[in-house]
Amino acid sequence: MTTSVLDAELAVPTGYWTRARKTGAVMTGLGLLATIVFGLLATGEAARFAYGETVDGKGIDIPGNVGAILFGLIAVAAGVALLVTGRHFGLLVGTALLAFIVSALCWQMSVSPVSHIMPLGSVAAITFTAAIPFIFGSLGGVLCERTGVVNVAIEGQLLTGAFFGSLFGTVTGSFWLGLVAAMVGGALLSAILAVFAIRYLVDQVVVGIVLNVFAGGLTAFFYEQVMRPDTDAYNFPERVPTWPVPGLSEIPVLGPALFNGTIFSYGSLIAVAVVTLTLFRTRWGLRTRAVGEHPAAADTVGIRVLGLRYLNVLIAGAVAGFGGAYFSLQSTTGFSKYMVSGAGFIALAAMIFGRWNPVGALLASLFFGFFGALTSFLIGISSPIPSQFLNMLPYVATIFAVTGLVGRVRAPAADGKPYVKG
Amino acid sequence: MTSHEPIESAGPVGAEPQATASSPDKSPSVEKPPFDQYAVRAGEPAVGHRRAPEPARRSFGQVLREELWADNNVTVTILAIVLALFCGGILMIIGNAELREQWSYFFYQPGKTLAESWDFVSTAYGDMFKGSVVNPDTANRWYWDMAPWQQVFYPITETLTYAAPLIFTGLAVAVPFRAGLFNIGGQGQAIMGAIGGGTVGLALSTTPWLQVPLGLIAGALLGGLYGYLVGILKARTGAHEVILTIMLNYIAALFLGWYILQEGIKDPNRPDAISKPIAASGYLPKLIPDPLLRANLGIILAVLAAAGVAWLLKRSRFGFELRAVGHNPSAAATAGIGVGTTLALTMALAGALAGLGGTSVALGTAPALTGDMLGQIGFNGILVALLGRVRPWGVVGAGLLFGALQAGGNTMQNFSGVSQELVVVIQALIVLFVAAPALVKTIYRLRRSPAAAAQAMVAKG
Repeated sequence: MTTSVLDAELAVPTGYWTRARKTGAVMTGLGLLATIVFGLLATGEAARFAYGETVDGKGIDIPGNVGAILFGLIAVAAGVALLVTGRHFGLLVGTALLAFIVSALCWQMSVSPVSHIMPLGSVAAITFTAAIPFIFGSLGGVLCERTGVVNVAIEGQLLTGAFFGSLFGTVTGSFWLGLVAAMVGGALLSAILAVFAIRYLVDQVVVGIVLNVFAGGLTAFFYEQVMRPDTDAYNFPERVPTWPVPGLSEIPVLGPALFNGTIFSYGSLIAVAVVTLTLFRTRWGLRTRAVGEHPAAADTVGIRVLGLRYLNVLIAGAVAGFGGAYFSLQSTTGFSKYMVSGAGFIALAAMIFGRWNPVGALLASLFFGFFGALTSFLIGISSPIPSQFLNMLPYVATIFAVTGLVGRVRAPAADGKPYVKG
Repeated sequence: MTSHEPIESAGPVGAEPQATASSPDKSPSVEKPPFDQYAVRAGEPAVGHRRAPEPARRSFGQVLREELWADNNVTVTILAIVLALFCGGILMIIGNAELREQWSYFFYQPGKTLAESWDFVSTAYGDMFKGSVVNPDTANRWYWDMAPWQQVFYPITETLTYAAPLIFTGLAVAVPFRAGLFNIGGQGQAIMGAIGGGTVGLALSTTPWLQVPLGLIAGALLGGLYGYLVGILKARTGAHEVILTIMLNYIAALFLGWYILQEGIKDPNRPDAISKPIAASGYLPKLIPDPLLRANLGIILAVLAAAGVAWLLKRSRFGFELRAVGHNPSAAATAGIGVGTTLALTMALAGALAGLGGTSVALGTAPALTGDMLGQIGFNGILVALLGRVRPWGVVGAGLLFGALQAGGNTMQNFSGVSQELVVVIQALIVLFVAAPALVKTIYRLRRSPAAAAQAMVAKG
């Protein structure tokens, strides 16, 4: 990966067709597709976007065909702007994609036999809730990889967190202790990763993959042997309570998502803020990044490379483990076998999509969560678009990201390379 | 292994390091004696094996004994399995409510506690053996004409049935590994293969002589194309294959979920998501035509594939280029090897192998296409390849072991009440321990083998 990154940086695009212009052309094409195809297919039935969490209440109505054409044209405009100027890449691509999606929604809602109303508040809330495990998982990935240890074991860390959270949450009768146990569980699995990767120099991707299998098997084994025979005693945890913020939770659209959450939703935002600040504003953060980019140089100036790596991998495990408890303490009551079912890998994708940056990881997680919410909404209005293809979108987006079609991503230079002093 | 020289016995050899360093060596992992020493040795007819570097007073048996307890491949692998089984035993005890109770009285009745634990664990592992190799009771009853001979073969054929797809997916990981690629995408490639093979299996209804090869070709082709996609993306854009293959796994799984619901594929008589049944002429022929014994042509094909891969890697031009790219892509490019083409073809080959693995399930044991028909064969293939040290015949051995563990796990769950999820844990532990020979060495206080240096980094990607 390193060589190709170098190549891309060395080869300064001198011609007219830079990456931004090419993407702009693609966006223009998408916009035209939306304008013409969606506009023609949509009916004049009004598509209603309600602000609240239900289909009643205030909202705005747009005739389906008008909306599809209007937002298609917005996408065209953003694409053309990018094509002509070649600047403001993120903003224009974001606008074009969002307009494309809204155009598609107008079309789908106007032809739906079930409902023409989209409750925006509910979609926002589902988006954020679905993103919670991705946020914690990708933060675990960021912490680990910024320090130079590849973390493919996010799935396993989430699963261990879910298991420990449920088990100890039930045994102790307190979700607080369950949360602590989830962090310990994630850190324990991370400790195995750390020892094998740092002490025994085993390839980190290999350890991560094997640890996912290990965590899956171990939690499933104890689920079958211990939890299932006696659910009340071992797998019936107290669910985390919802803490609405008075007043703010009544805000249309975003209120229910942001201010009517649990410790997980508030915690995820706090965690992103804390990781961002510490990673880029503190001595620990600077050292972490130095160790991840050039461990030999860091060692030369007296930073304990291996010690810092151990510490950060353990913290990453604890963060991911905390997020894993979401599955057993908020999403449902109690643990079930393999309940994480791929969220850890989406978190990995979110980390890459977010360019190994905590805020980027948050946005990517929300993006992936939004597709989840959109899928369930479209299934709800019995859309003819197969849900499987909608569910594929996060993975396809990640492939686009890593192949550089949407903007090349770069891993920390020493990511995955064990450091041997000497 | 016996020709490897333990470092402690170096004696006069170690005294002349410059001679060792300058001597050209055919196998770099073996420390070679200096020339003069070697000449003396070669002149002695009494020495039984080639290149015995230690002083003459050590017998062959002594060397063998020492090497047996040194950290060579075979010893480490066997000890890793023992260690994993030991951990599995501990987990069984923790997972059993009565034994947990008994352990709280450990200081009161230590003998009884240990005896009961031992009984439980040994019975469970005994059941595992009975379910995977041979059940002595059945053999005995067959001897006295109380059971048909098929029953005696039932456990071992189950092992072979489970092993076949694992060998295929294991090879699909092992081959790219030699080219420096870590293929996590065995699962997705196997799914695409199962779609290809399964579609031929359920859509046509001709003679098996035509339909089975067609199904295998379709499976290998679709899996190969899916692998080729990874290779070409890696070669063209430099994207990391681990990320690509993880994402493609999920895309393939979702695609399968969609595919089996389509008109013409879905079984119209069933409400759930399942395809039409595979035609009788589409199934891989069984090794022993008996309804009880499931082992089919798949295992033969898997072993043939391993032989083919072994030949390809060792003897063919493509295999040479593949290994050259794996060792040093820049050097390979300088030598005129098309690195990108090699990577793409390697991934296509890997995809075809994994596709055959998926097809061997779709046309071997699965009655129809379903969303979870393949289980985790792609991911288990990663473990199989790592345990087999990414060598074709090692993969066959590891695949047989994993197949045996899976077949035995079923029996263990049915008779001892130990959940077969334990098998997954044991498999993961074996691979973890094998991947870190230094850990096994520390635990067992193994002597250092000079061969170990080359093997220490089995998992070096």
